[in-house]
Amino acid sequence: SVQAQKEEDNPEKTMEVNGLTPVPDSYDYDLIVIGGGSGGLAAAKEAAKYEKKVMVLDFVTPTPQGSSWGLGGTCVNVGCIPKKLMHQAALLGQALQDSRKFGWQFTEEVKHSWMTMTESVQNYIGSLNWGYRVALRDTKVTYENAYGEFVGPHTIKATNKKGIEKLYTAERFIIATGERPRYLGIPGDKEYCISSDDLFSLPYCPGKTLVVGASYVALECAGFLAGLGLDVTVMVRSILLRGFDQDMANKIGEYMKEHGVNFIREFVPIKVEQVEEGTPGILKVTAKSTMGDQIIEGEYNTVLLAIGRDPCTRKIGLDKVGVNINEKTGKIPVNDEEQTNVPHIYAVGDILQGKLELTPVAIQAGRLLVRRLYAGATTKCDYVNVPTTVFTPLEYGACGYSEETAVEKFGQENIEVYHSHFWPLEWTVPSRDNNKCYAKIICNIQDNERVIGFHVLGPNAGEVTQGFAAAIKCGLTKEQLDSTIGIHPVCAEV
Amino acid sequence: GKNEYDLLVIGGGSGGLACAKEAAQFGRKVAVLDYVEPSPRGTTWALGGTCVNVGCIPKKLMHQAALLGSAIKDAQHYGWNISQPVHHTWSVMAQGVQNYVKSLNWGHRVQLQDKKVKYFNIKGSFSDPHTVRGLTKAGKETIVTADNIVIATGGRPKYPTYIAGALEYGITSDDLFWLKESPGKTLPSFILYVSLECAGFLTGFGLDTTVMMRSIPLRGFDQASHISKKKQISFTTQQQMASLVTEHMESYGTKFLKRCFPTKVEKLKSNRLQVTWKNADLNTEETDSFDTVMWAIGRVPDTKALNLETVGVKTNSETGKIIVDASEATSVPHIYAVGDITEGRPELTPTAIAAGKLLAQRLFGQSSELMDYDNVPTTVFTPLEYGCVGLSEEAAVQCHGSDNIEVYHAYYKPLEFTVAERDATQCYVKMVCLREREQRILGLHFIGPNAGEVIQGFALGIKCGATYPQLMKTVGIHPTCAEEVTKLRITKRSGLDATVTGC
Repeated sequence: SVQAQKEEDNPEKTMEVNGLTPVPDSYDYDLIVIGGGSGGLAAAKEAAKYEKKVMVLDFVTPTPQGSSWGLGGTCVNVGCIPKKLMHQAALLGQALQDSRKFGWQFTEEVKHSWMTMTESVQNYIGSLNWGYRVALRDTKVTYENAYGEFVGPHTIKATNKKGIEKLYTAERFIIATGERPRYLGIPGDKEYCISSDDLFSLPYCPGKTLVVGASYVALECAGFLAGLGLDVTVMVRSILLRGFDQDMANKIGEYMKEHGVNFIREFVPIKVEQVEEGTPGILKVTAKSTMGDQIIEGEYNTVLLAIGRDPCTRKIGLDKVGVNINEKTGKIPVNDEEQTNVPHIYAVGDILQGKLELTPVAIQAGRLLVRRLYAGATTKCDYVNVPTTVFTPLEYGACGYSEETAVEKFGQENIEVYHSHFWPLEWTVPSRDNNKCYAKIICNIQDNERVIGFHVLGPNAGEVTQGFAAAIKCGLTKEQLDSTIGIHPVCAEV
Repeated sequence: GKNEYDLLVIGGGSGGLACAKEAAQFGRKVAVLDYVEPSPRGTTWALGGTCVNVGCIPKKLMHQAALLGSAIKDAQHYGWNISQPVHHTWSVMAQGVQNYVKSLNWGHRVQLQDKKVKYFNIKGSFSDPHTVRGLTKAGKETIVTADNIVIATGGRPKYPTYIAGALEYGITSDDLFWLKESPGKTLPSFILYVSLECAGFLTGFGLDTTVMMRSIPLRGFDQASHISKKKQISFTTQQQMASLVTEHMESYGTKFLKRCFPTKVEKLKSNRLQVTWKNADLNTEETDSFDTVMWAIGRVPDTKALNLETVGVKTNSETGKIIVDASEATSVPHIYAVGDITEGRPELTPTAIAAGKLLAQRLFGQSSELMDYDNVPTTVFTPLEYGCVGLSEEAAVQCHGSDNIEVYHAYYKPLEFTVAERDATQCYVKMVCLREREQRILGLHFIGPNAGEVIQGFALGIKCGATYPQLMKTVGIHPTCAEEVTKLRITKRSGLDATVTGC
């Protein structure tokens, strides 16, 4: 039964309270996007192009340490952007060393100021947050800084920082809530440890740091922290860069080890305690071997957890609307049109099951999805041969199969691996490593020696890899590779 | 009698050495002659040719040295505490560069030895189609005979001998890379990629540098002979890209004297050089003094000493270059030519190497594969680098008509420039495609950091016949500059603002 409404403008809320979920015959919006990150914003802006009424809900739950950020999602605030800038800061430290050999003169010891760098980085991020606000406004996309969750098949409840709730309805939804760093679940982890969510805005230099994890996040962070002159240790449970070509992963690890990063292999932390308060303070980490009973202890100023990321799908009311998620991982399975099991609810980005967790993939998927929904397009997102780059001190660019996966799929005898070490010309005069940079391609012998995997370890790996990814998309064969003239002298010509 | 060698290569540069070493792989008896006539200033160097000694290698290293100067400035923004300004010492750099080059000279000697290729440091000239007479520096004579001869003597910088004092007082790239002391206030003239690259790094070292140009920038790319004989398309580096590059250099500190040409160079009592020039726009005569005047007006093929007339090897009457067919054969049987000395070929190391190798494979390895000179990627290593592959916009229009091509473009900002507060006004990428169904990519042009690294992979794509839709299906790598290529959406035709934002 329907009670007489007491509040004027929230009939839905009253009805919901009474257990009825009304289906309005005209919705507030054509599309509501939950999550203002790479995928979400791309989709929203695209939909606005087709004159659809769009709303974006974006909300950042503060970290255990209290860090938060503005509109733009992981990439802009606590991912790709600050990561690459800090990586660049570390590379510049190396450039300073090189420059002496090239004739530049300055005082012997050059020190790095964490605060100067972080301030610059945060200022830039702030400009991006602002830019997104403006872009949404200009394209007439409604934006609310509120936490969105489903309360009915076409209804979202949006709760802002002050706790004020509003309800909105839409014909369609795109879930693009992304992920957040995982914690270990050991004593002291949330109280004392930080994650990548905190690192890029840390208001003090992290000092002597223990990085827990062997993901690309762990290695990239460990890499630039060491490059800035900090004492860094990486604690690895088993292998480095799971899912990546292991031959390349080991080379990356070797390089980092030789350049000052300490590795503790086959241990996991079991306890983190505070020895001294401060910014930073001193933390004591107790770790247990994965191979036996051995226990070790160590003291660090900062413990950075980078053991993986979990999708933000558990608390957004998906059960209320019947959207299936993988109970174990929290990821959302979708078909090849990014549609969930509920026809009018879609998902893009890091939360998708079985897809790559990359900004450009999310953007591409979001845009193409919207074009299919509103512009009659049929193109689906091409998830095959997506190139990536890991911005470790020695950068790693890859596209296609790893050697292991290629062997598994095609058989050792059906693939040919061509490889070469190379010495970047720029490394000669400063006498830097002459046997570390490396490139390899994996070819399918049975298919005209088609290039099915490309891997390069060296400076500017991302810039090098991009074009090769395009060529692989065009069906590049070894013969075509051989007949292409190199640009001289650059690393890519290898 | 029988000829002493299966193959004799005259010229130990990129093309020559590649050909010789490849032939030796087939178990052939090979000899290489290499000789460097000292420059008018007396500069000379060892085995390896232009690229190794006075070209690509030292150029890129000095370019890197200049880039590091910018990196030092950037580093402050990224938190590194260095007291500015930082000074550059030419002699420290020069020593580092010259030592590395010498190690390459040595490396080439060792490689020839390992492959059992006989090396003569002598100046060769033809006596007959199978005989070359060589003279050592000391004047001692050696006769070498071979079944096949490959001429790969390359080129040397031109001097504008019609300008008084040019030869006596000016230097060229042959000398610049071997200077032990800083060239000081320099005037590289005129406009060629060589002159822009050198002006770029000299400016980077804090040297007062002026480029004098007679007409339009980078016209010299024509003179680098990017003319495909098959299609008669002239690969002119377009005005747009050239002006973006020079605009950047101007904001970087290089001075340009446009539409000016020197009339004389005189030496002052202070040992400085006084240059007098005509300003074509103002119709005035101006003068200024410099420490160094460097000529970069083009290169001439090194054929004088070869005695080509004796054996009848035909050369182009205008350029002096040796005329070859698609198999690198000259007008005389069993005499071939590769590299910068050949007419109508790009003057690039990688093409010389590839052509040399393929030639050896055809001569001795039962191969019939010819060199493909189409879609050769190149990069100009100016302070803001310019990489390209395929057709320029003008060439595409000329070939297909402006209605049949679509030009996609974007002005982008490298992420690393943001915190460093660097001006990215000239960072630009442009792709020229056919408009019809498939939308095949005809040319790609990129101005920005690491342009060579960016372009290389796309050159592969173009070799595979890449189309615009295929490129759009390729996901970008984030955050890089190269991903901007995969994000090209705005056409010139639309007239829309092509400035794109990162995320």
